[in-house]
Amino acid sequence: MTRLFARHRILLPVISLAVLLALTFWLQPRAMSYFGMNLLFNLAVPIALATVAQMFIIKVNDIDLSIGAFVSLVACLTATVLVQQPLLGVLALAALVLAYAGMGAIVRALELPAIVVTLGMSFVWGGLALFILPSPGGESPEWLSALMSVKPPVLPMAVWAAAVIAAVTHLIAIRSGIGTVLRGVGGNARAVARAGWPVVRLTALAYGLAGLFGVLSGMALTGLTTSAGADVASRYTLLSIAGVILGGGEFVGGRVSPTGAVLGAFTLALAASLLSFMRLSPDWQIGSQGAILILVLTARLIFTRRGATR
Amino acid sequence: MKKLLLGAACVALSVAPAVADTASKKIALSNNYAGNSWRQAMLQSWKTVTDQAIKDKKIGQADAFTTSENQATEQAAQIQNMILQGYDAIVLDAASPTALNGAVKEACNAGIKVISFDGIVTAPCAWRVVVDFQKWGRDEVDYLAKRLPDGGNLLEVRGLAGTSIDKEISKGIHDEVQKYPKFKIVGSVHGNWAQDVAQKAVAGVLPSLPKIAGVVTQGGDGYGTAMAFKAAGRPEPIIIMGNREDELSWWKQEHAENGYTTMSASIAPGIATLAFWVAQQILDGKDVPKDVSVPFLTVTQDTLDNALKTTPKGSVANKNYTQADVQAILAKGK
Repeated sequence: MTRLFARHRILLPVISLAVLLALTFWLQPRAMSYFGMNLLFNLAVPIALATVAQMFIIKVNDIDLSIGAFVSLVACLTATVLVQQPLLGVLALAALVLAYAGMGAIVRALELPAIVVTLGMSFVWGGLALFILPSPGGESPEWLSALMSVKPPVLPMAVWAAAVIAAVTHLIAIRSGIGTVLRGVGGNARAVARAGWPVVRLTALAYGLAGLFGVLSGMALTGLTTSAGADVASRYTLLSIAGVILGGGEFVGGRVSPTGAVLGAFTLALAASLLSFMRLSPDWQIGSQGAILILVLTARLIFTRRGATR
Repeated sequence: MKKLLLGAACVALSVAPAVADTASKKIALSNNYAGNSWRQAMLQSWKTVTDQAIKDKKIGQADAFTTSENQATEQAAQIQNMILQGYDAIVLDAASPTALNGAVKEACNAGIKVISFDGIVTAPCAWRVVVDFQKWGRDEVDYLAKRLPDGGNLLEVRGLAGTSIDKEISKGIHDEVQKYPKFKIVGSVHGNWAQDVAQKAVAGVLPSLPKIAGVVTQGGDGYGTAMAFKAAGRPEPIIIMGNREDELSWWKQEHAENGYTTMSASIAPGIATLAFWVAQQILDGKDVPKDVSVPFLTVTQDTLDNALKTTPKGSVANKNYTQADVQAILAKGK
């Protein structure tokens, strides 16, 4: 059994989500419906997209402390410029993706620690967001709100979205040739460079993909909340890192799982709801969320260690 | 099948038609922040009043939830959880006036009444319990006009820059000063509703100012202002206070020593209990306008001793509203 877990890393995130879901349904049977599942999970969609963005960064052995501020900035742009001047809005969002790629190129070319560069950039994103939207407000484009509140058949929007995000990122990160090389950058950048690959450009690509998913996350969030603010997504930085790790990723070695990352994000969102259904005092909630995280990570460590010794 | 499921969910979640009995209704408080004395007093008021209401069988359940971080996304998730938990009404102190509108709309669609107070939301389906901040500013100037028939120079201590509350109170003050040409606002600083910040800010501008007859404030800054005047060795002007315990204590002490008199005003943290009763009235089937205006709590020389007695050290003067109070306010608003 431990060998099974060690070989198939995806099992643990699946099981943790299933256990939390079962507990939630038991505590709150009302959640076990199309309507309930949607309420439970729709705010997890932008978190899942931000987690995927973080995954692309972690994949090349870096860490991104600016994703929360970046998503907030995208939300502010989406709720203002994209509505008033759609063309300018699209250009601005594209420029942001390029800026992210540029950030990656600088990190790799100058061999700067990503943790410092992204921390610095988080203040740049935050400042820009405040500049665009000094006080909370704005309004999401109508088509975006409509898209986020669509009622697809059989399963709610959030579940479909999760499946699509997981499938697309799996294709990009695991199945495609370039995805494999990117994982190689995380595994051993020097070896990849010796093999003749342009590591700086590859890193820029990984950051660019992160920027793209960051933009999608900000747009999804705006569609859900119908407006924006300069700090609307500041929690996403830590949530996305936790989501990647919870989903079976590792900080080094290019070992990440896109499906796991999406599941990790949903697990984190569900953990918060479960704790509130349990009527836990808010003073204890944040600590309990951390405890759930540590519990899952401990379980994973035990399985991988045992799997390795056999 | 999908329609059927949806329909079933809606029936399960929607509120029964208005009946005059709220004994089985459930109300939730969604609070975004608990990290200062005002919020702590607010949560305490909520508990005191709702516990009694449950005992009196006026309501079935009234639970308070606070988000662990002051974040709109987290509060939106909290509201969506409340929909699932089957509350009949949600009383809301919002982290953002607009970012919760998506979740609020979901709640309204599920037939849940949403009543926002203090930090209000702009979603059209929600009720708003608001304080007339402009009137607060106007009342300050009116009081000074009564006390200072000869007029004089005024100093304005403002709140946190960029907030709507600061803008509203200041607008009220400036509008009213227009009516009394004998008054002149000679200086304006930001005290951020905190005594230490106000003291530093006032101390910084005092040397450049002429004789000050009165100080208009926004609450939480009166004591700091008084300390700045004292440190500079300047005569005490009439400083409007903001119901904080330190401000009231200082006022009382000064009154005992030299007959110093002023007035004090602020929002009572008990506004949460007012919103609670508004929610109860709505659930009771009463027709309540979407905007409910609330008087702010004023302390005068006559009520000073009493206010000070009931205000814990380091806290702020409070008032817990009763069902009758709220019925009277609603009747007056019509």
